[in-house]
Amino acid sequence: MKFRRQTFAAVLAAGAFCMAAAGAHAQSKVKVGFMLPYTGTYAALGNAIENGFRLYVQEQGGKLGGREVEYFKVDDESEPSKAVDNMNKLVKRDNVDVVVGTVHSGVVMAMAKVAKDTNTLLVVPNAGAGAVTGPMCAPNIFRSSFSNWQPGYAMGKVAGEKGAKKVVTITWKYAAGDESVEGFREGLKSAGGDVVKELTLPFPNVEFQALLTEIAATKPDAVYAFFAGGGAVKFVKDYAAAGLNKTIPLYGPGFLTDGTLEAQGAAAQGMLTTLHYADGLDVPKDKAFRADYTKTYKSAPDVYAVQGYDAAQMLGAGLLAVKGDVSKRNDLIAAMEKAHIDSPRGAFTLSKAHNPVQDIYLRKVVGNENHVEGVAVKALADPARGCKM
Amino acid sequence: MKHRHRTDSAVAPLGLALVALAVFPFLGGQFYVDLVQTTMILSIFALSLELLVGTTGLVSFGHAAFFGIAAYATALLSPQADAPSLAWLLPAVLAATALAAAVIGAFSLRTRGVYFIMVTLAFAQMAYYVFHDTKLAGGSDGIYLYVKPVLAIGNFTLLDLASAHTFYYATLCALVAVYMLLALVKRSRFGHALAGIRANEQRMRAAGYSTYPYKLAAFVLAGTLAGVAGFLQAVKDGFVNPEMLAWHQSGAVLLMVILGGIGSLRGAVVGAFLFVLLKELFQSEALFGGFARHWQLPLGLTIIACVALMPNGVVAMPARLRRMRTPVPHAG
Amino acid sequence: MDLAVFLVQCLNAVQYGLLLFLVASGLTLIFGILGVINLAHGSFYMIGAYLAYALAPWAAAHLGGGFFTALLIGLVLSVAFGYVLEWAFVSYLYHRDHLQQVLMTYGLILVFEELRSILAGDDVHGVPPPSWLAGSIPLGHVMTYPVYRLFMSGVCVVVALGLYAIIARTRLGMAIRAGASNREMVQALGVDIRFLYRIVFAAGVALAVLAGMIAAPVSSVYPGMGNQVLIVSFVVVVIGGIGSIRGALVASLLVGFVDTFGNVLIPQVAGVLVYVLMAAVLLWRPEGLFRAG
Repeated sequence: MKFRRQTFAAVLAAGAFCMAAAGAHAQSKVKVGFMLPYTGTYAALGNAIENGFRLYVQEQGGKLGGREVEYFKVDDESEPSKAVDNMNKLVKRDNVDVVVGTVHSGVVMAMAKVAKDTNTLLVVPNAGAGAVTGPMCAPNIFRSSFSNWQPGYAMGKVAGEKGAKKVVTITWKYAAGDESVEGFREGLKSAGGDVVKELTLPFPNVEFQALLTEIAATKPDAVYAFFAGGGAVKFVKDYAAAGLNKTIPLYGPGFLTDGTLEAQGAAAQGMLTTLHYADGLDVPKDKAFRADYTKTYKSAPDVYAVQGYDAAQMLGAGLLAVKGDVSKRNDLIAAMEKAHIDSPRGAFTLSKAHNPVQDIYLRKVVGNENHVEGVAVKALADPARGCKM
Repeated sequence: MKHRHRTDSAVAPLGLALVALAVFPFLGGQFYVDLVQTTMILSIFALSLELLVGTTGLVSFGHAAFFGIAAYATALLSPQADAPSLAWLLPAVLAATALAAAVIGAFSLRTRGVYFIMVTLAFAQMAYYVFHDTKLAGGSDGIYLYVKPVLAIGNFTLLDLASAHTFYYATLCALVAVYMLLALVKRSRFGHALAGIRANEQRMRAAGYSTYPYKLAAFVLAGTLAGVAGFLQAVKDGFVNPEMLAWHQSGAVLLMVILGGIGSLRGAVVGAFLFVLLKELFQSEALFGGFARHWQLPLGLTIIACVALMPNGVVAMPARLRRMRTPVPHAG
Repeated sequence: MDLAVFLVQCLNAVQYGLLLFLVASGLTLIFGILGVINLAHGSFYMIGAYLAYALAPWAAAHLGGGFFTALLIGLVLSVAFGYVLEWAFVSYLYHRDHLQQVLMTYGLILVFEELRSILAGDDVHGVPPPSWLAGSIPLGHVMTYPVYRLFMSGVCVVVALGLYAIIARTRLGMAIRAGASNREMVQALGVDIRFLYRIVFAAGVALAVLAGMIAAPVSSVYPGMGNQVLIVSFVVVVIGGIGSIRGALVASLLVGFVDTFGNVLIPQVAGVLVYVLMAAVLLWRPEGLFRAG
């Protein structure tokens, strides 16, 4: 009996302590946790996203929703098998209010799981895995970037409209590639073409020569390729070196030519890609953003920086509505859902599944720029298959 | 006299460690409790490899295959909606893993030395690509495990792994059980045979032992115990990804075994804890500031220093220091 | 697949195989003669690629030379680097077991990868091929074959012939052959075994660095590029038989063919094919196709 009373008192005391802590919280800083790749293949992307995010906060005088921001960082190593532990560092050790991350699709799948289980607010600033705003969608999970389906679908539509009837696709054999090709096929079919052959090679192999020979033998009207980073550079160069770019146009989502043009050089010139961002956009916000970013970081921003910047904007919109009180979770989420984000990519809103409904641009490689050619599809929303929200 | 002294010196730290692990959930924060639990799972994984590497002298560079296969088996066998019963799930997972280990072991054990290292790597890579490239289990994005298993008799729940507290102690029990099982194995006739194989396989064969079945049995047992770790990891994370089978995972667990000290069960556990600790240390922004993002550099240097200065691992250090301080007159 | 396409695919296979040979030959030398499992070999390939990226513009600006001057400087640097590395780290490993070699060279991978990140950043970079090799030869109506790829294969063939000549014909080669099978014998012959080891390790590093440098114009340079090459090279070495240069050549070509035709004909299982090949060879001949000795 005595034991019981003591426990009861302890619980009361703990409760009181928690409430006191919560009260103090309102004036303390908003804790933002970055779970991004800081080592390995995607390190450059992780840094760009963080820079973009910090830039927006800096523009707001270091505050979101009237509260100062405190940052926590974890290197996710692009390693899905450690993702749950890494996410827990931010959620359970640092007790962050929101997690921003990440680039790698497999890692983001694990992050979404933890976010759902622990009801942590998560903003995904890159990884395009369909499931995040599909079967795994949740009120507390947002994305400031794109779904793999979106640029693929837009490119398919453009390719079809340009008269491509028979198209060969080529990608690494992994989920992001599959989803992108699926989107492309849908877009292409809606414009009267079809995919006649799907070529794949094991991730992360970069020995493309055999498949290029296969493409030359098939003689399609166009080729759609999904690669990123080093693989994208090598594929585009190999494609040009094989002379295929002279007769068979090479299309792809923007990642094929984003942040890689210096390395791709002449091989990429004139290529058409689709993405939610481009160089030379006639968007005033973009001009201001680019000037600020270049001044702050002494390097030009890319699409990843924009996605980081917009992640901060989305969070800022939510925090503003609740005046920085993160405990009003429902109001915060409602405000984020309704926000019109004045993005450098052009204004966008969020779909029911919390993925951007955005214009996808058609871009052409000119020099070291992915110059905007026009809008491929206006206000394109991801179909969010499997999302029950 | 001498013998008793040795047992005492081994039992006391083990007991202390056990007590420390048992009371830890009451002291540490939620994150650290999780971290310790993960490290205990890794310890089981390292212990299972220790049976191969330390006891039998078989260096497998593909041990992550069994860790991953068990994790995938757990995710694939679990129903979507209601909690599976531990009573059939765990045995089923372990049986599947043992089967995989028997097949891979039967082939791999035809080779020896460096070739054995490489052929185990090859089989692990095959398993990796099976899960990565096919739609069998979610491909490269991985697969979720929605409901954690329970152990119930009728309506009475004995063990519900969905409770973090229960699961922590279940993991601790598993670690102790695997440790004791391996300690028993090492002392059994079977264990002596394995030690003989490690010391000199030719002589064992000359003495009339057919070594192949012994090695295969050790391989299957090691694979199955790695399966225990894989099962716990899958249930804990609720998420399984092909990277669990990747070659650097096999490399990491080898590192743990070697760091701790080959040939002793304690070494495997110490190695696992040390490995996790070092990583946490070097990744800490509080200590290293902006340089923390280059954490692999100090980790790499530490590993190199360990090899150069502590060839027999951490657990051999106290003895080595003692020897350095008191010159031994004559080993008799 | 008609005949023309088949022949082009064969060319692709040979070309990929030869590049693999360049990396794997160094690995098998170090493996076979020093008895050291060198996980850091892929890092040397990466270092080579980054050297080409860093040196080519520098050589053009300061020495008036282009790619080949850079290649030469790179080779000299890599031999010196290999020599120092052997002295500082690897020489401790000869009396240790394989496990500790794995551990230390794994540590070296981490160190090299982070140094790369600190010195050269994490971006992808291109390396232009020398202008007179930038053209291509038409193959059929649609496709052309880049001259530079043929040049790469040419370099690989020259290296293969050179290695053969050295090992089969010279006194150094004799010492190497003897050293692989019998260390005492070499010492009895009056060869300084420590010096021999140092030379062999430096040569192995130089081969990997050379492979990285000549591959840089087609593969570009990017983080983590070494790891991928490492595993395939190990497969090559094991299939060929540890320590055998001839085995490495045959195995490289074999892997080249299996990979090339696997990707085209049965893409569903392309990822595992090379490993199936390796497992099959080891079950048939548990010590590789050609045993050194």
